Order: sequence, then structure tokens, then C-alpha cells
Amino acid sequence: MTFWELFQYPFMQRALIAAAFTGFAAPAVGTYLVQRRLSLMGDGIGHVAVTGVALGLLAQAGVLGGLVTGISPTWTAVVVSVLGAVIIEAIRSRGHTNGDVALALLFYGGLAGGVLLSGLGGESSARLQEYLFGSITTISIADVIVTMVLATVVLVIGVGLSPQLFAVAQDQEFARVTGLRVGFYNVLVAVLAAVSVSVAMRTVGLLLVSALMVVPVATSQQLTRSFRSTLIAAMVLGAAASIGGLVLSAYLSFHATVAPGPTIVLLSLTGFAVTWPVGAWIRRRARLREPFPAIPPPDHEPTEHAHQHGKDCGHTAVPHGDHVDYVHDGHRHAEHGAHYDEH
Amino acid sequence: MSLNDPAPVELVGGSVAIGGRPVLRGIDLEVPAGQFLALMGANGSGKSTLVRALIGLRPLTTGRLTLFGTPIDRFQDWSRIGFVPQRGGATSGVPASVWELVASGRLNHRRLFRPLSRVDRAAIADALEVVGLADRAGDGVATLSGGQQQRVLIARALAGEPELFFLDEPNAGVDLANQISLATSLGRLKDRGATIVLVAHELGPLAALVDRAVVMRDGRVAYDGAPLADHAVHGGAYGDAHTHHHHASHHEHDHVPVVRSPLEGPR
Repeated sequence: MTFWELFQYPFMQRALIAAAFTGFAAPAVGTYLVQRRLSLMGDGIGHVAVTGVALGLLAQAGVLGGLVTGISPTWTAVVVSVLGAVIIEAIRSRGHTNGDVALALLFYGGLAGGVLLSGLGGESSARLQEYLFGSITTISIADVIVTMVLATVVLVIGVGLSPQLFAVAQDQEFARVTGLRVGFYNVLVAVLAAVSVSVAMRTVGLLLVSALMVVPVATSQQLTRSFRSTLIAAMVLGAAASIGGLVLSAYLSFHATVAPGPTIVLLSLTGFAVTWPVGAWIRRRARLREPFPAIPPPDHEPTEHAHQHGKDCGHTAVPHGDHVDYVHDGHRHAEHGAHYDEH
Repeated sequence: MSLNDPAPVELVGGSVAIGGRPVLRGIDLEVPAGQFLALMGANGSGKSTLVRALIGLRPLTTGRLTLFGTPIDRFQDWSRIGFVPQRGGATSGVPASVWELVASGRLNHRRLFRPLSRVDRAAIADALEVVGLADRAGDGVATLSGGQQQRVLIARALAGEPELFFLDEPNAGVDLANQISLATSLGRLKDRGATIVLVAHELGPLAALVDRAVVMRDGRVAYDGAPLADHAVHGGAYGDAHTHHHHASHHEHDHVPVVRSPLEGPR
């Protein structure tokens, strides 16, 4: 079997579809979480979802009785993580911090509960591991359809309501005075985050899910100036990382055991590592060229200067009132007739 | 506007408690249409709490508040209200352009899932023009100076074309040049007939615009009448009697003593 023949297999096609939808949807919510400085919320929800997955596995094994058999772990994960997200949001909105202690409490409770429950059900750790670190190549048709539907819901709300969600995440009090129902939108973002965690669970796994929500946003904002371009670039980067990571891991798996989940996350992080120096350089350049305050110099102070400043002289030209100062070894030189003045 | 129109703001016997502790007590305040009111007082005098109560961000424990004749709990007409918070809310974890931030002030005129109309865009452009930042529309808010960010927040409120403005310390930490352009922007608003309620520790260049001053002291109204000079507010009867106002911050106090756990808020 060659690398290209791999794409003829249904399991690979299902994996590609799931990766594409997840890659677009996760950063769409992640942008609002980063905007609220709640980048770790996805992680908190992911840990809570472990308990949901364990409940689903228990139900499949019939331990919970006939009432709930046939429920897939995806759905129990959705329910439990939505519940967890709403609790996190409730604590956050009541508290005066970002609720990081509340997040921590749910982190550990969710993870411990999940591991304990899956032990009770006699599940092998391998089964739980599928959800912890992703298993996109074993995804079923039913799961692909669920992924597509949920990801589409997340995308429609995350992009369609972006003016409202942006305003609420930017400044809650202003949004309230604008007449927006702030509490509703806060819970909506929490629920969207929970849904995208459950969606991305099969792709990169619960322990890595937050990376797909946050890293593309961190990468795109290195180069963007507006919210809209950050959101769109993050979605494109997320999709590129998840499809690219899946294909890359498939290619590498001819030589070694390479799991798709970590490959996707590492590819995404590589994108950040490449972009950050560029962003840092652009920001430094913008800082150096920011106009000086239009305050005239204390007195006329000509300087001995043989060098002729100009467009391409290599010295930073900074607007200063009605003229330009050339930054020169800690001095600011302004052209004044035949000579330069110290400004 | 006829004489029978209800006043934009009418508060009778208003009290506010934070964390169970009474902060504002027995406030009566009526702001007639077109007035430029300065709410003044030392740090911790309750002037910011009062303005937040007036727009419904702080619930009243007792008293009756009406905006344009409608009780606050039934008030829906938010497009008539503009709020300019303290500068902290200008930036967030993701870049946003000046235009986007100003556009978010237009939300009270927009329906869900609908793009901006031509009228919306014109209002946003006009708001940027009034604060003199039209040429910075595409720049990131985080790249602006503090005074410019404050003007962006004013433009955001302006974009909703409100009749009644609340501004919370717009000139705090703003250099004199920006305070002057702030005063110019607010002067244009006043000329358009807007009603303005401004919270300020010191008025500076805004003093010329003020029609009436209300001075708060320890949660109660200590003075209500003709505009006062900054030194009159902070010296003598209304400030900390034995200190000059530049040192008054040493006497700053919290309304709610810090007796709480990390998971509980001040409410």
C-alpha cells in the first residue's frame, strides 16, 4: 500500500472530514475564550468531559441498567461538559477573578471521576485513552455525522453572532447598557465551548483539545490587527493544522508509530513558533515608527553632521509634528535648511 | 422637545448596597434634558457607584429610578443611552480594530444575523469623526495611547446615537492635549443637545462645559448647584477636610471590606 492509496480507504476519508470540521469549529469558539482571557477553559471542560465519556462507556457496557444503553460516549460527553461549562461560567460570573480556582476544582474532579468510573465499568485503559488522546482513524460514520452537525452549529453561531459575542466578551458592562442579554451570551459561549470540546474529542483527544481552540488564535493574532481577521485566520489555521497533521501522521506512519492527535497539535504549535518572531518584529517596527509627541524642542541646537538623511539612509524616520526626525544613535535629527537640529 | 417630556434621569430616595453594606443613601437626582452634569467627589465618595446605579449596573435597594419616564426594571429603550466606562475595557485578549470597537456601540440598532446597514456605517464614521480618530479606524486599539483609547470608547457610545450620555472618569490618566480634544468632542455632543452625566475627580478643560455640579461625599450628596472649581470640591466642606486633594488618595477606602473567599465576588 502506498501513501496515496491510503486516501481511498473509507476510514481515512471519514477522518479527513472530521478533521476539517473540527479544525474550523474549535478556533471559532476559542477566539472568544482567548478574548475573555479564559484560554484554559477548554482544558477545564475537557477534563470534565472525561467523566462524561466514562459514563457513556459504562452505559455501553450495560452497567447503568437498560435505561441508558445504546447512548454513545460522545453524547454523554456533550451533556456532562455542557453542565461543567455552565458551572464554570456561573462561578466565574459571580467571582471577582477569572475563576481559575473554580476551573482547577473542575479539572481534578472531572479527571478523577472519569478514571474512577471507567475502572468501575471494567473498561480497559486503552478504551479511555481513545478519548483522552484522540482516535480519529477509528471514527464511525455515525460519529462523523454527529461531528459535522455539531461543528456546523458551532460555526453558524460563532460566526453569525460574532458582533454580539465580540461586544460581550470585550466589555460586559458596556454590552449590558447596550441592551444585550449578557448572561445569555456568556452561557452561550460556555455551551459552544463544551460542544466543540466534545466534537474535537475524537480528533485530538480531551487532554489536547484546548490546543486546537487556542493555538490557532495565538498564531493568527501575531499578524492581525482586527478581531474579524483574527477569527477568520484562526479558523483557516485550525483547519490547516488538523487536516495537515492527519495527513502528515498518515505519511509518517509508514516509518514509525505516529498518532494523529499529537501530530495535529505539534503542527499547530510549529505554526505559532514560525509566526511569533515575525509578529514580534512587526510590533517592534511599529513601536519605533510611532510619531513623537508634537512638542517643539526647547531651543535651536544645530548639530555637526556630514551624513545626509533620506528615505533609504537606514535610520528610522519618525513623524514629529510637521516634520520628520531621524533616530540616530539615541539622538533625534531634524532637517533644518543646510544642517540638522537636535530634537 | 416639549416641556411635558419626562426628564432623562429621575432618581428619588435612591440607595445602593454592595455586599450587604449600604454605600449610597437617600440620593435624589433629576437631570433635565440637555444638561451637562458633573458628578464630583473624592475617591470612594460613591460617584462611580451612583452612575452605575443610574444605568442599571447596580441594583437599587430602595428608591425609584426612571429613565425617560420609564422605571429602570422595565426600561428597554437602550439605544437612547450611551455609556463610556473607565478605560480598562478598551483592550482584551484578542486584537480589535478601532472601527470594530466603535461598531459594537451600534448593536442596539441591529437585529441578530443581519449585516450593518448604510445608516449604521454612516453613524460609525460620524462617531469616529467627532472624536477625531477617523484616520485611525483600521488600527488596533491596543496600539493607541491611553487618551486615544478613551476617545474610542466615547465614539463607541456615540455610534448608538444616544440622547443621554454617562461618562465614568473620562479624563483620568489622560494628558492635557488629549483632555482638550476630549473636551472638544464633548462640546460637540452638548451642542447637539445631548444630556450628559460625567463622573470626574477633577474637571480640567471640561470645566467650561459644565452646567451643574453634584458633589458626593461618603455616599451622600454634599452639594448640588452651580459648577464649582476643582479646589472647592476637594477642599473645605466636601473633600477630606484636613488634606489637600492631591494627597486625598491616602484616605481612599473600600465600600466593602475584603472579607471573602477567592470564589466569592463582592456582590
